[in-house]
Amino acid sequence: MTILKVSGLSKSFGGNDVIRGIDLDVAKGERIAVLGASGSGKSTLLRCLNFMEMPDAGTITLDGKVVGRREAELTLVRQRIGMVFQQFNLFPHMTALGNVMEGLRTVRRMNKADAQARAERELARVGLADKAAHYPAHLSGGQKQRVAIARALAMDPELLLFDEPTSALDPELVGEVLGVIRSLAEEGRTMLLVTHELGFAYHVATRVIFLADGTIHEQGTPDEVLKHPKKERTQAFLARHKEFSL
Amino acid sequence: MHQWDFASVLDNTDALAVGALGTLRIFAICLVAGLSFGLVVGLGRYSQRRVFYWPATAFVEFFRNTPVLVQIIWFYFALPILMPFSISPLAAASLGISLNSAAFSAEIYRGGIQSIDRGQWDGARALGMSFLQAMRRIILPQALKRMTPALTNRAIEIFKMSTLASAVAYVELLQQAKLIASLNFNPIEAYTAVAVIFFVFLWPLVQLTYVLERRLARDE
Repeated sequence: MTILKVSGLSKSFGGNDVIRGIDLDVAKGERIAVLGASGSGKSTLLRCLNFMEMPDAGTITLDGKVVGRREAELTLVRQRIGMVFQQFNLFPHMTALGNVMEGLRTVRRMNKADAQARAERELARVGLADKAAHYPAHLSGGQKQRVAIARALAMDPELLLFDEPTSALDPELVGEVLGVIRSLAEEGRTMLLVTHELGFAYHVATRVIFLADGTIHEQGTPDEVLKHPKKERTQAFLARHKEFSL
Repeated sequence: MHQWDFASVLDNTDALAVGALGTLRIFAICLVAGLSFGLVVGLGRYSQRRVFYWPATAFVEFFRNTPVLVQIIWFYFALPILMPFSISPLAAASLGISLNSAAFSAEIYRGGIQSIDRGQWDGARALGMSFLQAMRRIILPQALKRMTPALTNRAIEIFKMSTLASAVAYVELLQQAKLIASLNFNPIEAYTAVAVIFFVFLWPLVQLTYVLERRLARDE
């Protein structure tokens, strides 16, 4: 069952075409890893899907309904699509618990007791029940990103977008975040993940998309794209990534 | 050599107390009106929509580039000629000082809001917050913290500007000092007393801003 359908999506910034006519269907339960060189449009594609960036052309259909451009409609769509950022973007003036409760309280208008119970469950799920009262400044990068994941999960999104969730982390902290994302994958959550962690993409994704020049250059199963790429640019990209691996 | 005679001022403590109350009253009005209307104008200045941006910009430019004293006198003497009603000294002075403070604080608000990292907007919008929800819950609380020293400075300015209300005979400290000086022929003592009273009110407030600035710098 397709939950998100993208057709003819284009986006440019000041005359620079970053996304050029992308078509993409996302089925429920799919886990799509988006790969590509820097500047290939990975993040922009992700940010267009929940209208953090306004596409210049193309349509996005969510659950069979084409999404319009009215701000009120877009805020409703964003409530259904969770997003996790490279720089976490936690709210520094709120505790970990406050961060996770914020969407429930302000957007969903949930009462305080219910929101708190829900937020505590989400923090426990990412292994941070004991950090509920901590402010982001007193959390490690990996902990911050797990709070950010809990914050997105609290809204019960139909689709999760991860925009390079481990790229800002020290290497020894990457594992704890990937572990949380893998457990979400095992629950059967639908997700799109922009990443440079090829091994993780290989083991966790159900489909891999390789972007180049703002288009889908190659896509297929992880085995097809990562082990047996057909296109030259995909091969070159993977070769560069493997250059210094053990 | 001048013979200092503060006794003649102390004899009029009641009049000075009435003046001090008048000063505090106009200060409170202008502080609340100026800083809250300043927020509205500041949001307009921050807006990318022309219907908000241009009126806000015109307002800021006009009131930043005309003297408060001229505005107060204009509201008191000129406006009643144009309009079918007269206006009290308090209203005229409050209008002038509040609008001027709104113009200056609008720029503080705009700068403070702009200084917040774009990622904070991203985080808020990704949860499905509207512009106003994001502003109220995420952006302003952080921006206000950064703006506190600048806004406290504005408050101090407003306190001192209150003396301009004496130009339209509003009863505040300076106006009362004028009265005392003219009745007792002691302008030196009367005006010195007013300066001292202002200093006693403001000095602790200024010290408080230093403490605030240091504390905020430590938190960042």
